[in-house]
Amino acid sequence: MKSLQDRTGPILLWLLLFTAPFWMPYVGGYTGLGTRVLVLALAAMAVNFLLGFTGVLSFGHAAYFGLGAYGAGMAIKYIYPSSSLGILVGVLAGTIGAMIIGAMIVRLRGVYFAMVTIAFGQVFYFVAFRWVSVTGGDDGLTGWKRVPLDFGFTNFDILHNDVAFYYLCLICLAISAAAMALLLRSPFGHSLLAIRENERRAWFLGIPVNRHIWMSFVISGFFASLAGVLYAYLDNFVDPRAFHWQQSGDFVIMAVLGGMRSFWGPLIGAAVFVVLQDKISSHTDYWMSILGLFFVLAVVFFPRGVLGMIKRRQES
Amino acid sequence: MTQVILFNVLNGLIVGAFYALMALGLSLILNLSGVINFAHGGFLALGAYLAYSMAPYIGFWGGLVFAPFVTAALGIIVEHVLIRRLYGRDPLYSLLLTFGLAYIFQDGLRYTWGAQSVPYQIPGWLASPLSASLFFLTGYRVFMVIIVALAVAALFLILGYTRLGIRIRAGTLDLDTVSVLGVNVRVLRNLNFGLGIYLAGLAGVLAAGLLGLSPTIGDQLIMPSFVAIIVGGLGSLPGTLAGGLLIGVAAGLTAVFFPAAQEAVIYVMMALVLLIRPNGLFGDAGRVQ
Amino acid sequence: MIQLQKSTIHRRTILKAGVAAGALQIAAPYIVKAQGEQPIKIGVDNPLTGIYTALGKNENAGMALAAEQINAKGGILGRKVELLIEDSTSDKTDVAVQKARKLIQSDKVDFLIGNVNSSQAIAISQVAAELKVPHIDPGGHADVITGSSCQWTTFRVCNTGAMQGNAMAKPLVNIGKKIYIIAQDYAFGHSLADGLSKAAKEAGGTIVGTDFFPLGTTDYSATLIKARGANPDILVDLAAGDDGINSLKQAVQFGIDKQLHLAGMQQELEVLEGLPPEARVGTWLFEWYWNQPKDVPGVADFVAAIRKSTGKVPTARTWFGFAAIHSFALAANQAKALDAVKVCHALEGLKLPPEVACQPGQPFYRAEDHQLVPAVFVGHAQAKGTSDPEDLFVVDQVVQGPSFIPPVSETGCKLNYPS
Repeated sequence: MKSLQDRTGPILLWLLLFTAPFWMPYVGGYTGLGTRVLVLALAAMAVNFLLGFTGVLSFGHAAYFGLGAYGAGMAIKYIYPSSSLGILVGVLAGTIGAMIIGAMIVRLRGVYFAMVTIAFGQVFYFVAFRWVSVTGGDDGLTGWKRVPLDFGFTNFDILHNDVAFYYLCLICLAISAAAMALLLRSPFGHSLLAIRENERRAWFLGIPVNRHIWMSFVISGFFASLAGVLYAYLDNFVDPRAFHWQQSGDFVIMAVLGGMRSFWGPLIGAAVFVVLQDKISSHTDYWMSILGLFFVLAVVFFPRGVLGMIKRRQES
Repeated sequence: MTQVILFNVLNGLIVGAFYALMALGLSLILNLSGVINFAHGGFLALGAYLAYSMAPYIGFWGGLVFAPFVTAALGIIVEHVLIRRLYGRDPLYSLLLTFGLAYIFQDGLRYTWGAQSVPYQIPGWLASPLSASLFFLTGYRVFMVIIVALAVAALFLILGYTRLGIRIRAGTLDLDTVSVLGVNVRVLRNLNFGLGIYLAGLAGVLAAGLLGLSPTIGDQLIMPSFVAIIVGGLGSLPGTLAGGLLIGVAAGLTAVFFPAAQEAVIYVMMALVLLIRPNGLFGDAGRVQ
Repeated sequence: MIQLQKSTIHRRTILKAGVAAGALQIAAPYIVKAQGEQPIKIGVDNPLTGIYTALGKNENAGMALAAEQINAKGGILGRKVELLIEDSTSDKTDVAVQKARKLIQSDKVDFLIGNVNSSQAIAISQVAAELKVPHIDPGGHADVITGSSCQWTTFRVCNTGAMQGNAMAKPLVNIGKKIYIIAQDYAFGHSLADGLSKAAKEAGGTIVGTDFFPLGTTDYSATLIKARGANPDILVDLAAGDDGINSLKQAVQFGIDKQLHLAGMQQELEVLEGLPPEARVGTWLFEWYWNQPKDVPGVADFVAAIRKSTGKVPTARTWFGFAAIHSFALAANQAKALDAVKVCHALEGLKLPPEVACQPGQPFYRAEDHQLVPAVFVGHAQAKGTSDPEDLFVVDQVVQGPSFIPPVSETGCKLNYPS
């Protein structure tokens, strides 16, 4: 059991997140920025479930992210304007996608696995781009909005109230994080760690390695698609770039920057990435080189990410 | 119809040869050092821009000869200062490092040469079709193939017959033994990286003749190179060569029947090859990484 | 030689009045505090990185000049204009949307400008409509922006595919009747192709083939060989930006310009400058061009001012940015208010004065769809300017807007003002 001291980090973190809409404007932020951090953090944590905890690198998780986003948008636009329906359809689409593709590629490893995930992501990108009548093509899926949630006794207006939407995303992130943590603590989760550490040994121990990798892939696809739904809701817009390998790359970068081996690392990484990009690009045209320099320095000097660095300091 | 197919296959081979050139450089670096060089496109662009700047003084031919060497020199410096530290770590880190480098390259090129495309000129006698009957081939494309063929031949000669080349090949198989045998592995990796970047710089100079020269010129070309390596099989240079030609021809044929899918077809090919033959067409058998 | 493009634009540039504003002396002898000293903020959400960087930067240069001129004359409603520049990136629409929201909700801009990329322009226009901020599109050409997706808050300075088609149809058909079109395979490419096909057929031409290629295609051999095989009189290349450079460069290498006529619609100085001299051929449409006869008012001053600040002549993009900022100032001053509905109503029908228009005739914003009705310049490219190295286009004729803009009924635009 973790002592209260060990827990201060996450407790402080959640306190900050919970009160963010109130203190953000004072540091030059805005609620929308915070929401964006939450959504991308969820996606990065989903990717990290596979990367940091199972040891499998996917460079194409934007496929499920995109399926979630388009699923939600298209549900609201074509079926019925309801945010809950959107979430259901989006998550279903992304998870089924992960199940099918995962089953096809689970035999591959290493760079091959990573590249084939890129391939599938690009196929989705191409379809979204070309199927203009359904997806809006390059112009994106427009003409729809996230719908206020009506619980009968109360109306949660996530459309016009930015703060309300922020809290919705926070709730989703909290539930997802709790679910992922529970899974990782279970025997299943331990088998994933075993696979990460030494796949051959795990095999010899009787762990059905391929099946567990597939399950981890599907779980991570599930959460990635939820992130995609929220992302579509954030802008009331989704375009094919949600499927692009560069989007996948962003998730991987966030996970590594924050610290792949730690649970909250991707959240920190997402916060750093989003805030840096937002702030630096406002001040200079050459923000790409500054961001690039940051990656380079981070990788060379802080390879275990922000949290890895903090942990090391704690241990010494 | 068969004529159209033939023309497109031929042009596909030419473009494929170009992809192969880029992919070979990437493959060299990947095989020996385990580094996935996302900045390869940036080096390509640099090679092109250097040739453009040198052209007023030493002409098109001078640029063709010298620009790749200067680019390779820069590659050697980058390897020495930055990439060297990441050997032995998860290849993910080198990927991130080179990703960051790619960003820096783009801004750097934009700062030095401007965001707008610059007019790179090739000699007039190259920039026209071969003849009235051979109208589907231009002098420049044939020239490109010749240069690529020369470069590839030189590469295989180096790898096959020089000490450096033999050491590189040995190192790809078992770097520890090579080191124990007294070879300076650091220098070996460094020179190998330089060799790979030379090919990128050369590809850049060639590309500038065909495409507009802007800071993003390398971006379109890097994915097909990765795909070529995967299709051909990791660890196999002849495989990479074959992979490049194959995807070039595939794109060319697709252009005849389903033009909109020209770009997507290489990904479909990659997925198919990986599902049927997981290690690529010529790759080493059964590696569980 | 290496050309350095100096950018004089910085985030939150406060553009000070060049000359003590005589107009301010008319005000009360005491200094007006509070409201009067708050600058009017105009948010600019344009690409400053990626493939559209050159275009975005040129537009921003025009905007900076306009803001400077406005402030020299007393600003908008007596308050200084401040441009808040953000990078929308060239391809990440979510970033463009994020920046638009940031500018409006966090920075509280009064007006919004964006974007060179049509898809981003559409997305930004939706945000502006949702948050009720007047918005001008300075460079996104897709027809739907002032067509089926039009918004009461959005106005546009550049031309639609339909407009360009109508303007180019007769000049093209006069060169040859059989036309083969190649275009980029996305919304904008399709709208250009549709616009030209329709207008060319009405002018008596035949479209012998249309071919779309993916964005970012590097090898045009298949497309060009196919086009040549169709034996047209004119090959119309509708590709813009880098694709335009690549396709033209390769077309000339295949000797296509020697066998048939190369032409297109919207062409830009940035593209011609990126081509080697032998590839600067063809008949094109420029939405604005810098080298005009001396008697056209405003042009000489505009060209001189931009030359001074950037070292190069203004392109159509520079002019778009310039006109957009001036439009906001003129409308707000005319309406004597910053309220969105009042400013938008003032923009409807607004005629650009000569020093802003910098072209023959008088461009104005059409009230029913908020589309600017300017003149366009039809002509041909030339390898080298005789009088100036940047003079790469020869204007053969100036076509006035009212003759080529399609009727509102054809655009599909229905504006819905809030009640």
